[in-house]
Amino acid sequence: MLETKGNIGIVETQYLRLPGELVLESGEKLGPLTLAYETYGSLNSGRTNAILVFHALSGDAHAAGYHEGDDSPGWWDGMIGPGKAFDTDKYFIICSNVIGGCKGSTGPSSGNPRTGRPYGLDFPIITIKDMVEAQKKLIDSLGIDKLLSVAGGSMGGMQALQWAVAYPSRVLSAIPIATTAGHSPQQIAFNEVGRQAIMADPNWNNGDYYDGTLPTRGLSVARMVGHITYMSDASMGEKFGRRFKDRLENEKFEPDFEVEGYLQYRGDNFVKRFDANSYLYITKALDYFDLHNGKGLDQVLKGVTARFLVMAFKSDWLYPAYQSLEIVKACKLAGVDATYCELNSQYGHDAFLLEIEEQSYLVKHFLNSVSENNWNGKA
Amino acid sequence: MNNGDLKGARLDHRVILDWVAEGSSVLEPGCGQGDLMALLSKYRNASVSGIEIDERAIFTCVSRGLSVSHQDIDDGLSEYADRAFDYVVLNQCLQEVRKPHIALSEAVRVGKRAIIGFANFAGYDARFQLAIRGIAPVTPALPYQWYDTPNLHFLSIKDFINYCAKNGLEIEKQAFLGEKHLLYFWPNLLAESALFQIRRKV
Repeated sequence: MLETKGNIGIVETQYLRLPGELVLESGEKLGPLTLAYETYGSLNSGRTNAILVFHALSGDAHAAGYHEGDDSPGWWDGMIGPGKAFDTDKYFIICSNVIGGCKGSTGPSSGNPRTGRPYGLDFPIITIKDMVEAQKKLIDSLGIDKLLSVAGGSMGGMQALQWAVAYPSRVLSAIPIATTAGHSPQQIAFNEVGRQAIMADPNWNNGDYYDGTLPTRGLSVARMVGHITYMSDASMGEKFGRRFKDRLENEKFEPDFEVEGYLQYRGDNFVKRFDANSYLYITKALDYFDLHNGKGLDQVLKGVTARFLVMAFKSDWLYPAYQSLEIVKACKLAGVDATYCELNSQYGHDAFLLEIEEQSYLVKHFLNSVSENNWNGKA
Repeated sequence: MNNGDLKGARLDHRVILDWVAEGSSVLEPGCGQGDLMALLSKYRNASVSGIEIDERAIFTCVSRGLSVSHQDIDDGLSEYADRAFDYVVLNQCLQEVRKPHIALSEAVRVGKRAIIGFANFAGYDARFQLAIRGIAPVTPALPYQWYDTPNLHFLSIKDFINYCAKNGLEIEKQAFLGEKHLLYFWPNLLAESALFQIRRKV
């Protein structure tokens, strides 16, 4: 079957300003809020074709297409566009930057209305639930009652789960990918190393660095640790082997293996586009996320009417397949319709961004089935 | 792959279709590409879900709009509540699971009824090959050589009936299949395969 797949072309980030305050899970209040978001495709007259996709830790609202003058596309461009998995000829796709982030939505680098200076550590602790509450305001403002689907990988998968559980009457299907209902100690541990690296950087200055030198060394090391956990032994072996990189002088402990150079490059690049405090707040939100809420996961999923497509990747050791399977097993026990596939990939956790072909096949057909059932008036 | 055409459907699938009541819920461990699930969904308006270990087969199921879980049958049923489905169908996979006794107990726990289909190891063809020719049988229903078979266990129709009697299972329906037609006499000698509808005795 030949299909034409295109790119959606030039897109622009939009901003929703919410004048009131959001009461957070912690009881603290945050506001006024700004939410950065992008949309692709068009909302049909019945408003029944909207799909909300969520970014992961370091992502943003720019999921697909190109920004004017930029030659790299959005982070899930392979999945979103005309004829692609999230087909913009059929669906209206929405992606927003999470609160706590640094890509246009309110976060620790935004101005604190009380002081007129960036929040820094005055920014309240936020959770995955808070991110979802903010997104709900966006969906309400767009006049969308029911989302055809909510989808995302890693932290995006947590948001998809949270949406399905918090707003069962507004979500028809959920696609959590390479994710978990709650971080394991190993996952928390890696995040803690990242946070400690940032806080150990003297330039971090208790989060108050926006007028001075940025804690780039700390953030860069945090990103390096992250990148190790996103890859697999096999994918690193294939990409770098034990090869040495080219370098001019022979300083001791300068990176000389290719893998070292790669991690430094990744770290150095990251500090140009990401805020260290956001890294602290968002990783904490990841660690606090616990869909169980003190109960059996099947109890939490009781009453959820959304159909689930759950995907995991064989070589993903950061979010291992057993965590996805736990979600699927709870769905079964709760009577929630779930399809599960553990995809055979070498890419480790990064697979959700890289294994486009197989994910697309499953997502596309799953969405077909969900939309056929709903657009024809069947339950 | 059958595209939901009743006429082209396999004989065993047509028997199962005949047994399953309209609007039932059905779980099929070892559902393969979902041929039977597609038929049950289309002709019995059944809500179906499957369990399958083969990734490619799962892709086909999803492309047909069927729900399927990528798991081993040996541990894929334990999470279901008692009597969660009207039927659990174990068709042509009992021979391949590691622990058939557990699979059968789970099938009648999770399903109000279970439909079990398997190749008959005591058909005359298999008997002749083993008893006279002295070789491990290879028949249309058991088409594998000993060194290249997914089958770990072999049973006859008589074995299965004995098993049910011993384990408190009531046989509600049974059908014996030849290559193209149903058989009614001397099934343990003549049938290639068999289907049973069973449930726990109350």
